[in-house]
Amino acid sequence: MALFQIAEPGQSAAPHRHRLAVGIDLGTTNSLVATVRSGIPTVLGDEQGRPLMPSIVRYLPGGAVEVGYAAQSRQVEDPKNCLASVKRFMGRGLRDVAYIENSPYDFVDAPGMVQLRTVAGVKSPVEVSAEILKALRRRAELSLAGDLAGAVITVPAYFDDAQRQATKDAARLAGLNVLRLLNEPTAAAVAYGLENASEGLYAVFDLGGGTFDISILRLSRGVFEVLATSGDAALGGDDFDHRVFCWALEEAKLPPLPPRDTRMLQLKSREAKEALALHGEAPLTAKLSSGEFIDLRLTTETFCRITQNLVHKTLGPTRKALRDAGLAVEDIKGVVMVGGATRMPQLQRAVAEFFGRDPLNNLDPDKVVALGAAMQANVLAGNQPEGGDWLLLDVIPLSLGIETMGGLVERIVPRNSTIPTARAQEFTTFKDGQTAMSIHVVQGERELVSDCRSLARFELRGIPPLAAGGARIRVGFQVDADGLLSVSAREQSTGLESSISVKPSYGLGDSDIERMLRDSFEHAREDMHARALREHRVEGERLAGAVRGALAADGGLLAPEERGEIDRLLAALEAALPGDDARAIKRAAEALNRATGSFAARRMDEGVKRALAGRSIANLDL
Amino acid sequence: MPVTLTEKAASHVQGSLAKRGKGLGLRLGVRTSGCSGMAYKMEFADAINPEDIQFESHGVKVVVDPRSLPYLEGTELDYTREGLNEGFRFRNPNVKDECGCGESFNT
Ligand SMILES: Nc1ncnc2c1ncn2[C@@H]1O[C@H](COP(=O)(O)OP(=O)(O)OP(=O)(O)O)[C@@H](O)[C@H]1O
Ligand SMILES: [Mg+2]
Repeated sequence: MALFQIAEPGQSAAPHRHRLAVGIDLGTTNSLVATVRSGIPTVLGDEQGRPLMPSIVRYLPGGAVEVGYAAQSRQVEDPKNCLASVKRFMGRGLRDVAYIENSPYDFVDAPGMVQLRTVAGVKSPVEVSAEILKALRRRAELSLAGDLAGAVITVPAYFDDAQRQATKDAARLAGLNVLRLLNEPTAAAVAYGLENASEGLYAVFDLGGGTFDISILRLSRGVFEVLATSGDAALGGDDFDHRVFCWALEEAKLPPLPPRDTRMLQLKSREAKEALALHGEAPLTAKLSSGEFIDLRLTTETFCRITQNLVHKTLGPTRKALRDAGLAVEDIKGVVMVGGATRMPQLQRAVAEFFGRDPLNNLDPDKVVALGAAMQANVLAGNQPEGGDWLLLDVIPLSLGIETMGGLVERIVPRNSTIPTARAQEFTTFKDGQTAMSIHVVQGERELVSDCRSLARFELRGIPPLAAGGARIRVGFQVDADGLLSVSAREQSTGLESSISVKPSYGLGDSDIERMLRDSFEHAREDMHARALREHRVEGERLAGAVRGALAADGGLLAPEERGEIDRLLAALEAALPGDDARAIKRAAEALNRATGSFAARRMDEGVKRALAGRSIANLDL
Repeated sequence: MPVTLTEKAASHVQGSLAKRGKGLGLRLGVRTSGCSGMAYKMEFADAINPEDIQFESHGVKVVVDPRSLPYLEGTELDYTREGLNEGFRFRNPNVKDECGCGESFNT
């Protein structure tokens, strides 16, 4: 039993030096939150025990939101306001978004990142993601009964800087303290490795709803070292759904459909796809708003044929990751399968064939990422795991560089460098008397700047006028453990310095974030209401329990009419407790509290009398 | 039943109050949190609210808010040493179970 110290008023330490930390898998299709409880990683379910939360947000007129299953069930009825798979839009411009023509949403082109128009106004994917994170945060705080010290949030390993930054901003909007952005396959490897005490070289093959990642790791005595990572930030189960959807359109010879029918047919396509994991054939039937019936059957054979090149598309990055790691397929001891889309039999076969061994499917592919993130969160929050400490060495997925003459890229941090890392390179002026230099930071593997992703531009001014090639400008790149970049430039002879954190290039500057924070404060009222309700309920239940106990023990101290009054108020409180009206609960509790005041005093006197009985006044320190 | 201090606990409280140079006594309370439902609160009392219930034990004033009282009734506060640690310990007859670390409890 713990020993206590006296605290300053209002400063009593929260119980448990164990800080509440969670891992969040913010998925394209499904999101999860997990924590380490008494040394055991567990996914936190909702009130009904469901572990997954569909990554779907529905905006209602006036700005209220529904998240998860509630939003999912309204998709067909309200397709424009039920936003799904927004992870695919994070840090992405309109031209990067695939199959815009079949999407039911109202896209708004905005500099850097696409936005979506809803009944509640134009929303950025960052805001939508923040709603998902908020819902997970609430779930965690409810089930852990406390405030979160921080969270590890997973991102596809193949996310670039803009996508990572967007994810971090979403977390900030959701009021989460981000302990780390962790790559999804790395999180999976941690969970797998710690679970199975594995050693050696492993590949983690993660095909989720919207993204594909492949990472090669070396696991050895508590060190998880990512050797290489590759993938496709826009390849996942959604694409398989889309192929089925297109097949259905063709097969049934349908004209372009209204949003509602599009959404419904997409959902039916997904259902058919998922059913094929267990059956050789799946029905695809629907009734369109025109009254027309669609009655199709999707066979495994057709499905494999129409998705063959998607399956094939996973193998390119897999080869590249192996090559970058300097390994051959024979070197790989096991392939860990992660992500719901790896349940597709043709994918399992393709992976088995490529690696020449059966993939490992012994962990739940839906949960493994969240569990690994929770383990990492537990370590970062300072709650040492019972098995001792372990170390993660992760890498950056895409090379970072700057633009040089002729629109060419000079690479400064090559892909698959272990992070955190700092690299620097010297550049010089190319004109006599040049006093300013513009620095354009890009990310990608291509040689031409125009083929890479532009991250930021900044200027170094006040360079001393020298002959061309005279000035020495050192450009430093720092990549932190989240994979986020900051860049600085310094003129060596004068010490002149200019630095930036690479951030706003995807269109969300700090002022945008601030505006969104302000917006979210408006909804904070609803959140506050939910919280107040919960608090008043707990208080009310506590009071009702205490009064019941006191009545049972000392009911005899009450006159019949007092007893009647207390019974009545107790019943009123108990009736109010299950309701949603926080104020009513509070009023009922206050009334009961007032009515029992003198009863409490009498009980106390009785208690004191009982306690003092048999002791003489002289012995008392009164 | 009153909330009491052992002689040792009382003299530690008095010592702390003297060192601090101000304070009327000791405030004890409970609040919801932790893994088993409730947690103790132990603070210096600089002010006494009208609804507070006051006890006196070995010359130390102990105040408890009426909300917390049902959970603390009959509690005796002791001061002990456990290995390298010294501190106050709650002996609370209302506690049914507490979590492994004893920082939170359930009645
Ligand atoms: N039995 C199944 N057969 C085929 N596909 C399935 C099956 N079960 C789930 N899926 C697919 O898995 C995908 C969702 O996987 P998961 O929940 O791992 O993705 P996510 O984590 O949300 O996405 P990402 O990791 O890409 O951000 C969906 O496309 C879903 O249709
Ligand atoms: Mg995933």
